[in-house]
Amino acid sequence: MNMITSCKPADYKSAVKPVWCPGCGDHSVLLSFQRALAELGLPPEQVAIVSGIGCSSRIPAYTNCYGFHGVHGRSLALASGLKVARPDLTVIVASGDGDGFSIGGNHFLHACRRNIDLTYVVMDNRIYGMTKGQPSPTTEPDWETAIAPDGTGLSPFHPLVIALASGANFVGRAFSGDLAGTVRLIVEAVRTPGFSFVQILSPCVTFRPDQQRAWKQAVHPAAVTETDDPARAARRLMTDDGFNTGVLYRGNREPYQPAPKAYHAPSCLETEFAL
Amino acid sequence: MIRAPAFDSVAAFFAQALAIEVEAAERYALLADQMEVHNNKEIAAIFQKMATVEQEHRAEIARRAGDSLAAHSPERFAWIIPDGPETAAFEDAHYLMTPRQALLLARFNEQRAVDYYAAIAAAATDPQIAALAMEMAADEREHVRWVDQWLEQFGPDDPDWDEDTDPPVYSE
Repeated sequence: MNMITSCKPADYKSAVKPVWCPGCGDHSVLLSFQRALAELGLPPEQVAIVSGIGCSSRIPAYTNCYGFHGVHGRSLALASGLKVARPDLTVIVASGDGDGFSIGGNHFLHACRRNIDLTYVVMDNRIYGMTKGQPSPTTEPDWETAIAPDGTGLSPFHPLVIALASGANFVGRAFSGDLAGTVRLIVEAVRTPGFSFVQILSPCVTFRPDQQRAWKQAVHPAAVTETDDPARAARRLMTDDGFNTGVLYRGNREPYQPAPKAYHAPSCLETEFAL
Repeated sequence: MIRAPAFDSVAAFFAQALAIEVEAAERYALLADQMEVHNNKEIAAIFQKMATVEQEHRAEIARRAGDSLAAHSPERFAWIIPDGPETAAFEDAHYLMTPRQALLLARFNEQRAVDYYAAIAAAATDPQIAALAMEMAADEREHVRWVDQWLEQFGPDDPDWDEDTDPPVYSE
């Protein structure tokens, strides 16, 4: 890894070319990551990007930071361990709505509760894109597809409400079509101590080709300023139309960070196990 | 209606002009990468050519700006502003897009740059900035003409241009 002192967005770009479909919102999110890290002035060797499985989770390969492309739904568990062991690193977690809210749903709740200093970015396209377009936890109940001909009929998961109720210290939403807004939100999320949850509406051009245009029309900056009052934030989020963008809640909870333990060699660890 | 930004100095104007070219070139290069990955090599070549054109324009602006840019970093300027007027939007790309569509996208961006600089020229109170903005608008107009000539090589698109014989979507 190259050590650099003055950071430009291009310094965070790896040599691996993204395989996302042209037109996918994730291209814009990747660029937002690079610009946000440059804005934060964090050298790549001080940043780790951890992900699970899915289109969005390919993002560590496309950056020049430390990366861990983990297992399905477990990105937050990996990232929590990393941050506790290496508090000096800025740890950003990337996920999608399937990875993060379905198989990874339980980890999401407890990561919010623990309030470890992580930034959790979920690229939400309301569909499983990598596996051919199955409905995800955030898919609308009446969205018809060959796999769900009459829609799922299920109420969608509301990740911002869940994040707030579970104890996240920062809750925000951005739209990938608004690059500058997405950069600003990621910067704010990283700067805020504790567990920061950022939902980025990132359209799937292949399985939901009308999404981009519809979302571009629908998104709007939140009409109210951010609050540090969870009760007020909860009232706002319960009437949220799903397209309010910006910082919706920023609290003051102290992040969880256990005191560092003395270094033990692997041989010491082995004495605790019957091998 | 384009909102023309105000500049407090010629150097600030040049810095933004450079930032616009940097961003446009980088975006075209990213789009070229996307097309190459999806094996649409003809479009990858078009976007790569557009990236080269923007890089050359950047070098030309830097030459004109000379020492006046000492206090400004166009790389930094480029990523604190929203997408520049000459920058192609990610969402306008399609893996099966035709040369005509790619060039129409390029033409749209060039024309937007013309309009942007024309608006600056009309609004500027500093005559030197107004003159420079008119020069930039003329440069971009030249790019529009160049893309128009390129477009003449291509007829209308096949109505089934986006038909994929091996589509990713379930068909039943």
